[in-house]
Amino acid sequence: MTYANLYEVAGPRGVRRNRVLTGVVALVLLALAYVVYVRFEEKEQWAAAKWAPLLRADVWATFILPGLAGTLAAAVAGVVLAGIFGLVFATARLSEHAWVRVPAAVVVEFFRSVPLLLLIFFAFFGSYALIGVNVSAFAAVVFGLTLYNGSVIAEIVRAGVLSLPRGQREAAYAVGMRKGQVMRLVLLPQALKTMLPALISQFVVLLKDSALGLIVGYDELVDRGLNGIAANFSNVIPAAILIAAIFIVINMALDRLAHRLSRPGTRRPAKPALAV
Amino acid sequence: MDALLTEGGTVLAAFWMTVRLTAVSALGSLVLGTLLTAMRVAPLGSLRAAATAYVTVARNTPLTLVLLFTGLGLGANLGLELSDDIATNNFWLAVIGLTAYTSAFVCEALRSGLNTVPVGQAEAARSLGLGFVRTLALITLPQAFRAVVAPLGSILIALTKNTTIALVVGVAEASVRMRELVETYGDQVIEIFLGFAAGFVLLCLPMGLAFGWLSKRMAVTR
Repeated sequence: MTYANLYEVAGPRGVRRNRVLTGVVALVLLALAYVVYVRFEEKEQWAAAKWAPLLRADVWATFILPGLAGTLAAAVAGVVLAGIFGLVFATARLSEHAWVRVPAAVVVEFFRSVPLLLLIFFAFFGSYALIGVNVSAFAAVVFGLTLYNGSVIAEIVRAGVLSLPRGQREAAYAVGMRKGQVMRLVLLPQALKTMLPALISQFVVLLKDSALGLIVGYDELVDRGLNGIAANFSNVIPAAILIAAIFIVINMALDRLAHRLSRPGTRRPAKPALAV
Repeated sequence: MDALLTEGGTVLAAFWMTVRLTAVSALGSLVLGTLLTAMRVAPLGSLRAAATAYVTVARNTPLTLVLLFTGLGLGANLGLELSDDIATNNFWLAVIGLTAYTSAFVCEALRSGLNTVPVGQAEAARSLGLGFVRTLALITLPQAFRAVVAPLGSILIALTKNTTIALVVGVAEASVRMRELVETYGDQVIEIFLGFAAGFVLLCLPMGLAFGWLSKRMAVTR
C-alpha cells in the first residue's frame, strides 16, 4: 500500500529538497542511535566479553535452546487447547438453544476481559487451596493461555461463521444434513479458512504471552535469557536484544504466513484426483 | 469475601494504580502512535523506514520482555532516573515500556484508518495547495481517527489488562495485590480471583460500551 496521494509528485526542486531532508532525518536518527550507543558504552554493554557468550555453543545449549523449547512447548500446548476451546465455545455461542448460547457467551466474555496474568496466578497460587495439589508453572501458564486465547479464538471463529453467505447453511439443510453436520462439514471449514489470518495473528499473541510464564517461574526463553544468561555474564542488554530478535524472527515468519494465506489467488490449485 | 473487605483499602489503591498506569500510557501511546503513523506515510524514505522498523520490533516483542528491558536495562543497568522516589521511578519506567509497546498497535490501527479515507479527500486537499503535513493533519488523519474509534477502544482495553505485567518493573498494581492476597488467604482463592476479575470487568466494560457508542457517533457516513 502506498500513500503517495498524500503529497504531490516532487518536481526537480522538490526531489532535491526531499533528498536533503531525508539526509537530515537520517542524521538525526543516527545521532539518536549514537546517544543510545554511548550510554550503553558507558555501562560497557558493547564490550566483546558481554556479546561473546551469546555465540558460545554451551550458552545456547544451556540457556537459549532449552528456553526456546519451553516457550514453544507452552505455545503449542496453548494453541492446541485454545483451538479446541475456541471451536467448542464458538459452536456453543451459535447454538439455537438459549441455555447453551447464554452460558457460553458469559464464559467467553468473562475470560476475554480478565487479564491473562490473573488467570495464571489463580491457577498457580490457588491450585493448592482449590484442588489440593500444586500445579506446575507449565500447567498454570497453559491454563491461562487456553482460557484467554480460547475465548478470543471463539469470537474469531464465530465472526467467521456469521460472515458466511446464508445460502451455505440453507443449502446444507436442503440436502438433508443435520445441525451438527451443517456446522462440522459446511460452516466451520469455510469459517476457519477465511479467518486463518486472524487466527494466526492470535497465535502470535499467544506465543508472546507465553513469556508471562517467567513471573511464576516457568522456564522459558525470556527467563533463561534475562535471568539465566544475564545473571552469569551480567549482559542484560545484549541478552535482551538477542531474545527479542528470536521472538521477532518467529513472529514475522508467522505474520508472513498469515499474509500469504490471506492473499487471494495465490492458493495452490487443488491436486487433481488420482486416476484409479 | 473477608479478605477483600479487610484489605479493601490496598485493593482499591492497587486498582487506582492500574487506572493511572492505563491513563498515562494511553495518552503517551496515542501521541507516539499518531507520530509514527505520520512518519510511516511521509514522503521521506528515512522516516518511513525508521517508523516501519520500530513498529515491527515493538509489535513482535513480548510485552514482558519490553517491560523487563525498561526495568532492568534502562532502569537498573543504564541508571535512567526519572524520580528520586523508587515507586515513582518504577511507575514512569512502566509507562515508558507500555507506551513503547502500545503505540505500535495504535500506529497499525491508524494506518488502516487512513486506508478507509477516499483518495478524493487528499486529492482535493492537494488541489487547494495544502502540503503533506497539512493534508495529513487537517484532512486525512481526522477522518482516519473517526474510522478507527472501535479498534482504538480495543487497544485501550488490551492496555488496561496489560498493565498487570507492570509488576515485573515493581509497580504495585492489581496483579501484585492479587498474588499477595491469594498467598495470604489461601482459603478464599475463588472469592479473591473473582473480586479482582470483577474489578477489571468493571474497568473494561464501560470502556467497551463507550467506544462502541462513540464509534457509531463518529462514523463518517459516506
